[in-house]
Amino acid sequence: MGMTITEKILAEHAGLKIIKPGQLIEVKVDIVLANDITAPFAIEKFRASRVEKVFDKEKIVLVSDHFAPNKDILSAEQCRLLREFAKEQHLTHFYEGGEMGIEHALLPEKGIVKPGDVVIGADSHTCTYGALGAFATGVGSTDVAAAMVTGEIWLRVPESIKFVFNGRLNPWVGGKDLILHTIGDIGVDGALYKAMEFTGEVIKDLSMSGRFTITNMAIEAGAKSGVIAADMVTECYVRERIPNSSKIKFFTSDDDAKYSAIKEYRVNKMEPQVAFPHSPENVRSISEVGNVPIDQVVIGSCTNGRLEDLQIAARILKGKKVAPYVRLVIIPATPRIYQEAMRQGLLEIFMDAHAVISPPTCGPCLGGHMGVLAQGERAIATTNRNFIGRMGHQESEVYLSNPAIAAASAVLGRICSPEEIGVRA
Amino acid sequence: MKGRCWKFGADINTDLIIPGRYLNTTDPKELAKHCMEDIDSDFASKVKNSDIIVADKNFGCGSSREHAPIAIKATGVSCIIAKSFARIFYRNAFNVGLPIIICPEAFEDIDEGDEVEVNTHTGKIINLSKEKIYKAEPIPPFMHDIIAHGGLMHYVMARKKNK
Repeated sequence: MGMTITEKILAEHAGLKIIKPGQLIEVKVDIVLANDITAPFAIEKFRASRVEKVFDKEKIVLVSDHFAPNKDILSAEQCRLLREFAKEQHLTHFYEGGEMGIEHALLPEKGIVKPGDVVIGADSHTCTYGALGAFATGVGSTDVAAAMVTGEIWLRVPESIKFVFNGRLNPWVGGKDLILHTIGDIGVDGALYKAMEFTGEVIKDLSMSGRFTITNMAIEAGAKSGVIAADMVTECYVRERIPNSSKIKFFTSDDDAKYSAIKEYRVNKMEPQVAFPHSPENVRSISEVGNVPIDQVVIGSCTNGRLEDLQIAARILKGKKVAPYVRLVIIPATPRIYQEAMRQGLLEIFMDAHAVISPPTCGPCLGGHMGVLAQGERAIATTNRNFIGRMGHQESEVYLSNPAIAAASAVLGRICSPEEIGVRA
Repeated sequence: MKGRCWKFGADINTDLIIPGRYLNTTDPKELAKHCMEDIDSDFASKVKNSDIIVADKNFGCGSSREHAPIAIKATGVSCIIAKSFARIFYRNAFNVGLPIIICPEAFEDIDEGDEVEVNTHTGKIINLSKEKIYKAEPIPPFMHDIIAHGGLMHYVMARKKNK
């Protein structure tokens, strides 16, 4: 019986030849990640264990990205805790200030995660790294603390669901629309405890940026992980970022691997998708949205804050202005993306359009800072969650979309497609 | 554990359990004050020690914040019975010592305010108000082992010692 890519990576890290879904295994981890929200608990528990050193100072990654640049005194204390721990443990990978980017954009960009790795992170969107052909899953702070001690984690081998995308994508339709459509189809617990494996000719043609967007939101369907087997596109991406990349072992699923379900989508008629409040499964095509006026637009986050996302936004915003009484907040996800956006003149286009450009941060996505919503306000965002109160007041609303729809909506002041403001693909 | 039940619907996410705006602290008492705030603003003041939460499917979906089970535990809630749990929340609840149990039948039958007794070891749930018994899915033996050690960190340390 063949194995899926997920089973093969986990088996290798468990030191086993064959593993089956449902089996409890202990696996060695390549990267253990936490941020300024989740690391404080983990550090507390690590210290309580009285172990002096982390298992490997090169494999623990701490990023102060959620409430940083420090939004208040309490956040400043949390960020200090990370800084002191990183210093004390001589961690290779600690990022704050001008080196800080949104973790799930930053780690791949810096070549910290490799195809075939097992990554655990105290952040639910850790599943993003699956786009590199790695096994990556979100856990809590205690699991991270335990892994900082042992370098291992216990996992239940997940069943896999295969999602096959065929056909050709329409203009302005990308990774975000594929994943929103999928979540709309299977629901927010449609892949509960499972690995989502994305494949098909559409995925093959997708850039790494679009692939990261897809695996990023696997958690929004309840999945343990999302994965895209590494191919030429992945290889090119890692070759530029990882030294000795030729030694990396690439895993793929066997032809006779077993899946709990296979879902096939023909994308030819797919339009840009918008998730209505208050659930990522509440998805409609852009032509079915109707009249939805907005107060704020956020373009950024670990889902859609990469250079390609900013380039799409710039194509739409060039020579245009944000509608009166609407705020557009653009958040390049990492310093390198910020700098490249500057070099390419994107920031100038954004500023001419009257956008606010924020330093890299998770900020408004989880109602932290840099664009929190007032009572009754409505936002469209390229982020990943639109739960009640997610971006601010409990009576505010968040709509989720791709960067093209978000940028066009900022210009018109209501949710719309780029065509409605006269931008052709 | 025995207590009065509070009922919640499907897909109760971690932002509802503890909103992101309060994640600048790790103090359980402070977190408990805002538990369920955006879905029931009075919950934290109404809930009493040893009360039980009964919820529909996918309880705890969303973020990996361990603040969620910590906040619930700090309100005094002794146990959560749900149709199903989101996977990170499931791990986190065990890791912080908040007993949780899966039982679709109990969710359908229990009404808010019912007095319920739960034995997580046997999986037996007794509805004292309705004089009914429900059988929950047993907790996996491996999880019992973690609980018996007093949580994941103690379990890990004990194993490290034996190696």
